[in-house]
Amino acid sequence: MYDGGKIIAGLVIFLGLVTFPFWYHMGSAAYKTPELKLPPKTVATACVESKAFMQAEHMQMLNNWRDSVVRLNNRDYVNAKGVAFEMSLQKTCMKCHTSKKDFCDKCHTAAAVAPYCWDCHIAPKEKEG
Amino acid sequence: MLEKALHGDKRYWGWIAFLLALIAIGFGAYLVQFNKGLTITGLSRDVSWGFYIAQLTYLVGVAASGVMLVMPYYLHHYHKFTKMVVLGEFMAVGAIVMCILFVFVDLGQPQRLMNVILHPTPRSILFWDMMVLNGYMFLNIIVAWSTLQSEKKGLPYQKWIMPLVYLSVPFAFSIHTVTAFLYAGIPGRHYWLTAIMAARFLASAFCSGPAILLLLMLAVEKLAKYELGKEAVHTLATIITYAMCVNVFFFGLELFTAFYSNIPGHMYPIMYLFNGLEGHGALVPFFWAAAFMALLSIALLVPPQLRRNRPILVFALLILFAATWIDKGLGLVVAGFIPNMFEGVTEYAPTALELLISMGVYAIGALVVTILWKVAITVKKQAAA
Amino acid sequence: MSTRRTFLKYAGLAALGVGAAAAKPAWASYLPEYRVEKPGGHSLAAGRWGMVIDTRQFHTAEDYKPLVEACNSIHNVPSIAGKQNIKWVWTDTFHHAFPQLFDEFQKHEVEEKPYLMLCNHCQNPPCVRVCPTQATFQRGDGIVMMDMHRCIGCRFCMAACPYGSRSFNFQDPRPFLKKENMEYPTRMKGVVEKCTFCTERLAEGKQPACVEASGGKLLFGDLNDPNSAVRKALAENYTIRRKPELGTNPSVFYII
Repeated sequence: MYDGGKIIAGLVIFLGLVTFPFWYHMGSAAYKTPELKLPPKTVATACVESKAFMQAEHMQMLNNWRDSVVRLNNRDYVNAKGVAFEMSLQKTCMKCHTSKKDFCDKCHTAAAVAPYCWDCHIAPKEKEG
Repeated sequence: MLEKALHGDKRYWGWIAFLLALIAIGFGAYLVQFNKGLTITGLSRDVSWGFYIAQLTYLVGVAASGVMLVMPYYLHHYHKFTKMVVLGEFMAVGAIVMCILFVFVDLGQPQRLMNVILHPTPRSILFWDMMVLNGYMFLNIIVAWSTLQSEKKGLPYQKWIMPLVYLSVPFAFSIHTVTAFLYAGIPGRHYWLTAIMAARFLASAFCSGPAILLLLMLAVEKLAKYELGKEAVHTLATIITYAMCVNVFFFGLELFTAFYSNIPGHMYPIMYLFNGLEGHGALVPFFWAAAFMALLSIALLVPPQLRRNRPILVFALLILFAATWIDKGLGLVVAGFIPNMFEGVTEYAPTALELLISMGVYAIGALVVTILWKVAITVKKQAAA
Repeated sequence: MSTRRTFLKYAGLAALGVGAAAAKPAWASYLPEYRVEKPGGHSLAAGRWGMVIDTRQFHTAEDYKPLVEACNSIHNVPSIAGKQNIKWVWTDTFHHAFPQLFDEFQKHEVEEKPYLMLCNHCQNPPCVRVCPTQATFQRGDGIVMMDMHRCIGCRFCMAACPYGSRSFNFQDPRPFLKKENMEYPTRMKGVVEKCTFCTERLAEGKQPACVEASGGKLLFGDLNDPNSAVRKALAENYTIRRKPELGTNPSVFYII
């Protein structure tokens, strides 16, 4: 092989980099689905949409709410079951899910996503302890 | 052909290493800005555009100036420019790369840059600026690269690039006109609200761009032993001379309109630049120096005997570059914001970090031009051999 | 089952049947679900929102202070010292508010007192014209609105505004907030902000915060409705606007 030494060396380095996530985490614990702390029944009875819907589409729904409120001047949202809510992250979602750390961050951190919503939309104050 | 940039002597690699070091420093400074926000610049609520946008404006002019070589060579078959055209086109590419980078470092939310494509807004001049800048960059890359390839093979340039060449001429005029429209359509900022903004921009571009190009090519003539041709140099110097006369004349027109009409809004920005306003006058020494250098450069360029004298030509081009840079790269943007919309004065000066980031961008442009010119000159020398 | 072909036919049908059965719960998601998004029930509507400021009832900067405080507190406007500050509504001198009304013999009282300045929500807004992403846009009711999610921070709108109504977040504003209003977001670094005529309050049927805090000295209403309070005030009093010669057609009027 012409320049064989350099090619083999390059291939080894490349394979090492590509398989990095696997061998770097060898020996550590397996992935566990994060346990989300739901708000108590005294605070919230039902979410805006079903759990399956929210798991799959909460970001799409929030993007939709964002454009609907800011650009189209809508405020009220009536879900598929006919229950009405105000379209607002701070005034609706976070009023029930009052701990961002125990709810939102659990999955976000596990999935290594960092949505910047809360750079502007003030997250509720975490309770100490 | 890019592999030709990988072969060079110690000076070449030393220069590349130097540029990479500057780029690294600039990038580090940019990370600080990305983290903390544009508060690290000297910008303010009143002067919301500063050094970055001013460099963008100046460099769009430098990029547009490629047309001063393209038109004579491709449209009028002025073959004396044959050693210079590709270098001019490649310098335009480097200038456009820097323009785009200066926009990028100026944005408050650069990661949202694609919003301009995702939500196109034809009524916004900034949208068109993005379109024509990118278009012109690709036009120049394609035309220059293809011409170089043909030369490498010992062939005349391919016929299919001619439509692109024809397109690049109005494109060159349009990129700088569109950039001028950024300023010239804004109500309320009297230094900018002038119909001849685009004309001034083009005149300034057509003298400063070729001046920088000629200076760099003269340097490369010595460093790479690359003959440009005496007549070609003289023709380019003549073009620069005419353009500089028009440039200074246009500035004189602005002075007349402002001071003969005596309208305060028109006078105040110019008074700020040359005299100071309400006790603030940071740019006054710069602008008087620029005025003096502009007139001196014309005095040295107009007489042909002086223009043909190489050291005098180089000196005249250097002070021409300095004068046009002060006018466009320092004064233009700032004087639109001073006085502010309440007729107060908030001064602006770039901070050290701002200058370091700008230095990094300039180094990236220099790197692009270095690599492209190395390829071009190597190919041309080998083809001539 | 005589041929391979017949076998494949039956196997395919069986697979389809098994697949249909397995997908049965997912079928429900293909049924149409109706969700509705609409304006709030108490939302205020207008053809063209406008404001009339009766400057005759204000004499010192102190008189304007409750208005500025009301706006700043409910909108989480940070108080930053220096030239990179953020202002939504503020006061300034006569010469700074109306620079083209230069007059050495102006009525002393008119010249000496402060005036309230805010976004004029122009009918012909240059800032909307130049925004490359439509992050600032004009609503049907005339309000020039800000979409902080789309703003790329190019600050072209700040250059275009002839009134200096816009502010840029040069840094993260949160450290400069004395008290946060949990019902309204803050902004982050890198976006432009300005007065929005309290669209969030209009959507709930309330008047803008500065109007409410002024106790009647500021009038707010529909300029297209000839019977509105603002139109009546405009018909009965001489008013001026800031820099009208620029053709922006501002919606904020000052009774001098």
